[in-house]
Amino acid sequence: MKRRQLLQAGLAIGGAQALAMQSLWAAAASLPAKTQVIVIGGGYGGATAAKYIRMLSDYKISVLLVEPNNSFISCPMSNLVIGGSKTLADLSTPYDTLMTRHGITLVRDRVIDIDVQKKSLRLLNGPNIGYDKLVVSPGVDMMFDTIEGLREANVEGQILQAWKAGPETLALRKQLEAMPDGGVYALTVPEAPYRCPPGPYERASQVAHYFKQAKPKSKVLILDANPDITSKAGLFKKFWNDNYKGIIEYRPNHKVTSVDTENSSIHFDIQDSVKADVMNVLPAMRAGAIAVQTGLATANNRWCGINYKTFESIAAKDIHILGDAILAAPAMPKSAHMANSHAKVAASAIVAQLSGLNINDTPFLTNTCYSYVNDKLVVHVASVHQYNAEEKTYKTVAGSGGLSSEANSLEATYAWNWAQNIWADSLL
Amino acid sequence: MHSRFHTVTLAGLLYGLLSFAAFAQDKTSESKALHARTDAAMCANCHGSEGRAVKDSAVPSIAGLPRDYMVQQMHAFKDGSRPATIMHQITKGLTEAQITSIADYFAALSR
Repeated sequence: MKRRQLLQAGLAIGGAQALAMQSLWAAAASLPAKTQVIVIGGGYGGATAAKYIRMLSDYKISVLLVEPNNSFISCPMSNLVIGGSKTLADLSTPYDTLMTRHGITLVRDRVIDIDVQKKSLRLLNGPNIGYDKLVVSPGVDMMFDTIEGLREANVEGQILQAWKAGPETLALRKQLEAMPDGGVYALTVPEAPYRCPPGPYERASQVAHYFKQAKPKSKVLILDANPDITSKAGLFKKFWNDNYKGIIEYRPNHKVTSVDTENSSIHFDIQDSVKADVMNVLPAMRAGAIAVQTGLATANNRWCGINYKTFESIAAKDIHILGDAILAAPAMPKSAHMANSHAKVAASAIVAQLSGLNINDTPFLTNTCYSYVNDKLVVHVASVHQYNAEEKTYKTVAGSGGLSSEANSLEATYAWNWAQNIWADSLL
Repeated sequence: MHSRFHTVTLAGLLYGLLSFAAFAQDKTSESKALHARTDAAMCANCHGSEGRAVKDSAVPSIAGLPRDYMVQQMHAFKDGSRPATIMHQITKGLTEAQITSIADYFAALSR
């Protein structure tokens, strides 16, 4: 009886579940010396690639996914956690279905070295593993050192980026809750390209929405390194003017050079310094470290050049790169939807190459990106990118794509359904 | 003896050629199927993997819908006769070949 109660208590707190979860991740000792495909990174790009290589090969090609986190936390929708209408749990999906339903070997680890010649990689806590094809989907790294004082301030938890959803998302929400009414929240935006072009403006909207209800004397100051809002500009400006007048102030051409936590101030290359109670500084970004250190970041040592038909690196054979890390084709945003689309085209090319089939000569990609301007209204931008064989790049089709006509509630329903469907499409 | 040898060799050669042709044709149709499946997967981000949306999704499942209906609806989105929030913008980016290939693919799936 006691034992049974204990067991039930264990179940209630998820102890048994946690044990079951742990066993899904392959132990270092049981890893194969070689697998056909290894995927680095379980985000929108990597998880989708792993799943679709299995699906498109009718489960014939073996896939191993290396991911350091226990569960996936979505960046899209994470501004709603900062605004207060969603929790991180709402945005989290465990990785286990990729193993149980799709037979992918999950390795909870980090890749520390790739040997491009030997087609092998080294894990931080595991052995070397060989591959026929490698998918690198490392997301972005924040270039903290491009802004004086930022790395230390971030390590200390004083200045957050919260651009990778997780603990910093919650910490930023706490900073805003602790801020007195009448305070200033400053959000700095790096020069494009960066992850999620409309993201900063959605975040500003979410914070303004929170201030309007809880701290109406407070201000949101957007300090943008770009000459104008980089995405959905007209829609954001109209909504801010109609709903957040006196709360949001937008200042273009503000490039951050240093931050000072003692004086709570941000300094710029030309413009006057700004004082703020909560500083949310987004530095320039580049492809994740493993891509840079492997020599895959061929463009300015920041973004990875690829063959757009297959997403194969221009620097290393049999390495395919996805998502925010690539040097984007014209008008191609660094978005979750785009990474999921990249993954399918790359998965198809990899399956074709490993199975002796033809590679698709006319791939295309779709993109949809929703932004919440408060907790109930949404604006979107959508586009279609067709591969152009002559120019060897993707081009948007004239007359296609576009924006919402105005912020509306119907698209808030679709936005949340989009999130649930793309999470399922990538991870379940 | 000599001529029999030739006959056998010729038969073998012919068999080889035929099976190579069959193999090549298999590979071509297999390749086409892979590409059609990849094109259709561009719908899955919103409509669900293999066109099956999550439970209670307002964005509808499209697996198993009649082929002609899907082609007609995509045309209606494209020419504006069916109002939409996004689909009019997406369908304007698709070729006729992509529209029919996507409809063929989802029509062949169970709901």
